[in-house]
Amino acid sequence: MKEIVIISGKGGTGKTSVTGSFAVLASNKVMADCDVDAADLHLILDPVLLEQHKFMSGHEAVINADLCDSCGLCADFCRFDAIEQLQDSYAVKHIGCEGCKVCVEVCPQSAIDFPSSHSGDCYHSTTEYGPMIHARLKAGAENSGKLVTQVRNEARQCGNEMNASWVIIDGPPGIGCPVISAITGVDLALIVTEPTLSGKHDLERVLQLSKHFSIPALIVINKWDLNIKLSAEIEALAAVYSAEIIGKLIYSPLFNLAQIAGLPVVKYAPNSQEAIELTAIWQKIESITGGGE
Amino acid sequence: MKIAISTAGNNLDAQVELRFGRASSFLLFDTDTRNFSMLDNSEQVNAMQGAGIKTAQNIVTAGADVLISGHCGPKAMQVLNAKNIAVYVTEKNVIGTAIANLQNGLLEQITTHDVAGH
Amino acid sequence: MMKIAVASGKGGTGKTTLSIALTQAISGKVTLLDCDVEEPNCHLFFPVELDETLPVTVLIPVVDEDLCNSCGKCAEMCQFNAIICMDIDPAMVFPALCHSCGGCALVCETGAISEEECVIGCIEKRTIAQDKTLISGRLNIGYSLAPTVIRAVNREQSDNQITIIDAPPGTACPFVATVSESDFTILVTEPTKFGLHDLSLAVATLREMKRHFGVVINRSEQAENMVTDYCQQENIPVLLQIPASRKIAESYSRGGSLLDVMPEMKLDLLAMLKQIQAMIGSKI
Repeated sequence: MKEIVIISGKGGTGKTSVTGSFAVLASNKVMADCDVDAADLHLILDPVLLEQHKFMSGHEAVINADLCDSCGLCADFCRFDAIEQLQDSYAVKHIGCEGCKVCVEVCPQSAIDFPSSHSGDCYHSTTEYGPMIHARLKAGAENSGKLVTQVRNEARQCGNEMNASWVIIDGPPGIGCPVISAITGVDLALIVTEPTLSGKHDLERVLQLSKHFSIPALIVINKWDLNIKLSAEIEALAAVYSAEIIGKLIYSPLFNLAQIAGLPVVKYAPNSQEAIELTAIWQKIESITGGGE
Repeated sequence: MKIAISTAGNNLDAQVELRFGRASSFLLFDTDTRNFSMLDNSEQVNAMQGAGIKTAQNIVTAGADVLISGHCGPKAMQVLNAKNIAVYVTEKNVIGTAIANLQNGLLEQITTHDVAGH
Repeated sequence: MMKIAVASGKGGTGKTTLSIALTQAISGKVTLLDCDVEEPNCHLFFPVELDETLPVTVLIPVVDEDLCNSCGKCAEMCQFNAIICMDIDPAMVFPALCHSCGGCALVCETGAISEEECVIGCIEKRTIAQDKTLISGRLNIGYSLAPTVIRAVNREQSDNQITIIDAPPGTACPFVATVSESDFTILVTEPTKFGLHDLSLAVATLREMKRHFGVVINRSEQAENMVTDYCQQENIPVLLQIPASRKIAESYSRGGSLLDVMPEMKLDLLAMLKQIQAMIGSKI
């Protein structure tokens, strides 16, 4: 079983459109959406939920209004401005609490509980293209890196059970902790970039990251014809990091239209030039990795 | 000498887990007796942050002299260095082979972190 | 006078493009704040020299090794694994993980822990045009306190001028910290399922926080689309639609501004500001 991750650094480069097409093109695979802050893959793969697990992360302070005698010490000590005064007690603002436990410690009435917080959910689903593991982080919740790890573990387990050839991971944007969680230990990282200043800037950071973790990186330049000069600079940058450019996609309204229709590009317009290029990209990945077995 | 190896399995044929801080367990191999025991680290798989630091602390407490893993971040390295635990990195391999490689001098020892903190 | 955050649930929707265009459209003094402190990129569009760099600091614990009795209470208290205690060694601090809550100093029984300033990032100031200032926040790599840098950036602008804020993407803590500091939030989205989905996450967060907000639809193909339907249903004002245009995409890729290719948008942007001003009852 081979694990491949699709990442981009900057958002909006077409990462999920590419991943969605791989869901159609690859055989015997598990799809994993690790872009847990803004999971979108389900919008084009139309999954049917089979089971869901709670994702618990950190703790959150909760004031018991019956025990609170409004001394205000908690609010004085809270450095995150996360405690507000109500009429005859105090309350913790759900968005704002860092879970540091200082208020729990200083409360003379022991009126503050400190339960684990339910920060999101992890889902096992089925799609017409095979199983899919995805997740959702609650609004304002942090620590998506840990949820990424959970999605990957569950996807790998699912892949082992069904003897899958591939685990295909839609990675998170950026270059921070969630991305590191998404790429460590994978067999291949495919970077989808675009010829813009921030696209190129972030590409370099992601290439450094994959080099650091000794993960082979391949590159697809999306919308490459928007700025041919920058595309050439990206090719030069790729050469420096020995990352092969395995495909170039043109700036095309088809990507937008497929998204509006809620379908993978190769399914929305199977005979289009774009679909042919995406198919060629997937075949290159298969040949470079020696297939998924 | 006691060797700690990060893993998701529970025997010498299991794969080395290449992530250090978020490894669910460690196999502790005693080179004198050739026996091993398991150290549970599952709490750190779900740590909010600083999993590497706590994991390093667990290894110190377990009395290991040597660590084998895939990578080691700067903060974990700081803890391990403070307690003079030697850190060796390996590529994908089963635990038994990694231990043999260590004893044959085939593994690379690192003294500064090889991955960025995150 | 008025602080407007430009945000989006999803990356790549045109948040930075709109922030810059707004800054350029308004005559008179405007401050542009780049609060995407993990990946600030507004400055890439303005090749000018830095005027000034200021450090951003937080209080982190420092252990007096003579006073520490290795009791481990600080490590037990710390929810962020930023301080540990082994054997008979004095406690060890990891500044990058510290959330600066003060918990360790609070529980230390021997008074061994004091707090000192530690640099976690910086603020960069640039004059990008006459009357236009860019203030960017930058969080040092590996550090976790983005909200602290965001608050520091916000303290740098003066209250008597219009401020446009390029907010961090997503809906997590950095987004929350940014919109908490502003009077109004513009959510930039695209008329696709992706855009709509991420928009609804951002809306849920802003509603929980009880903030004023409106929507700008970028890369719009039709005047009526899935986002306008959603906004109508949810009673959210659609402030502006920016057409899908290859010209805009090309200009962005060269580091150019929206107003370079579509100068006529300036009037639309100013009309949008008027509309926002009416909604929050503030003067420009």
